[in-house]
Amino acid sequence: MKFGVIVFPGSNGEQDVYHALDEVLRQPVDYLWHGDTDVSGYDCLVLPGGFSYGNYLRAGAIARFAPIMSAVIDFARAGGLVLGICNGFQILLEAGLLPGAMLRNDCLQFRCQWTHLRVENTATPFSNRFRQGQVIRVPIAHGEGNYYVDAATLAELEANRQVVFRYCDPSGKVTTAANPNGSVANIAGIINREGNILGMMPRPERCVEELLGGSDGREMLASVVDWWQRGNSNGA
Amino acid sequence: MLLAKIYVTFKEGVPDPQGETMGQSLLAMGYQGVLSVRTGKYLEIKLATADKDAASREVEEMCRRLLANSVIEQYRYTLEECC
Repeated sequence: MKFGVIVFPGSNGEQDVYHALDEVLRQPVDYLWHGDTDVSGYDCLVLPGGFSYGNYLRAGAIARFAPIMSAVIDFARAGGLVLGICNGFQILLEAGLLPGAMLRNDCLQFRCQWTHLRVENTATPFSNRFRQGQVIRVPIAHGEGNYYVDAATLAELEANRQVVFRYCDPSGKVTTAANPNGSVANIAGIINREGNILGMMPRPERCVEELLGGSDGREMLASVVDWWQRGNSNGA
Repeated sequence: MLLAKIYVTFKEGVPDPQGETMGQSLLAMGYQGVLSVRTGKYLEIKLATADKDAASREVEEMCRRLLANSVIEQYRYTLEECC
């Protein structure tokens, strides 16, 4: 399974993602530059965290028009697997590949900390190694991760089981105290209706080895490889 | 040339943590009459054209495609002769 990690000016998570896929999961992976226009030959595209184009205007707003994004959008619409992490999630929202938008964290702080996430849907390419309701530990690092969506769209997301990860306490309770940024319904990660595009604010690539304090991110990324190897590359 | 003055603001009901914090600060400073603060962006774009209809169409498109995110923001603008 071949991964492409897209590098925008200002990305900073690409080397961590590359390391996780290459050294930890032993999968072929290439960097793809924002000025590239061809993503053929890749099975999964990862948009990493960072501050693409300085996050000017809104996080992800400028990156969404990078030359490579037309190819990413075509790839995603054709059912290709796309994972947006942190700034990558923000870019997918700005591109309209996922519903909603990001606001400043309600606490106004840049939050760099471990969070607990409850896995709400395991029938996706990105979460199939987990158990329904399992609590995993994944770090966050963002100032604009306050996911917002209107009530009607939220109801649709819930009805279609598109909320994949929700901030929770260590026991799995979804509480206001466990919500680090004010996201509606404690949403930490969502998937599109077709099940091939996932966006999440937490950083799975930062917890892929015990040395890093946890390895739940490895299980998440390994889900993608398992999914691919089972031949389910066209979504849930 | 025309000057577009564009105001991008949060839609009603969308949380504005920065505005809320400023509001609390103003209350703490003694401005007891402050009911709310909402933040936004102000942009000025100089346009080569003198044709207001063409400029208006273009500014609309710029707002829709890039300058405002319709999920959370709304926009309004004026066009005036300049320079």
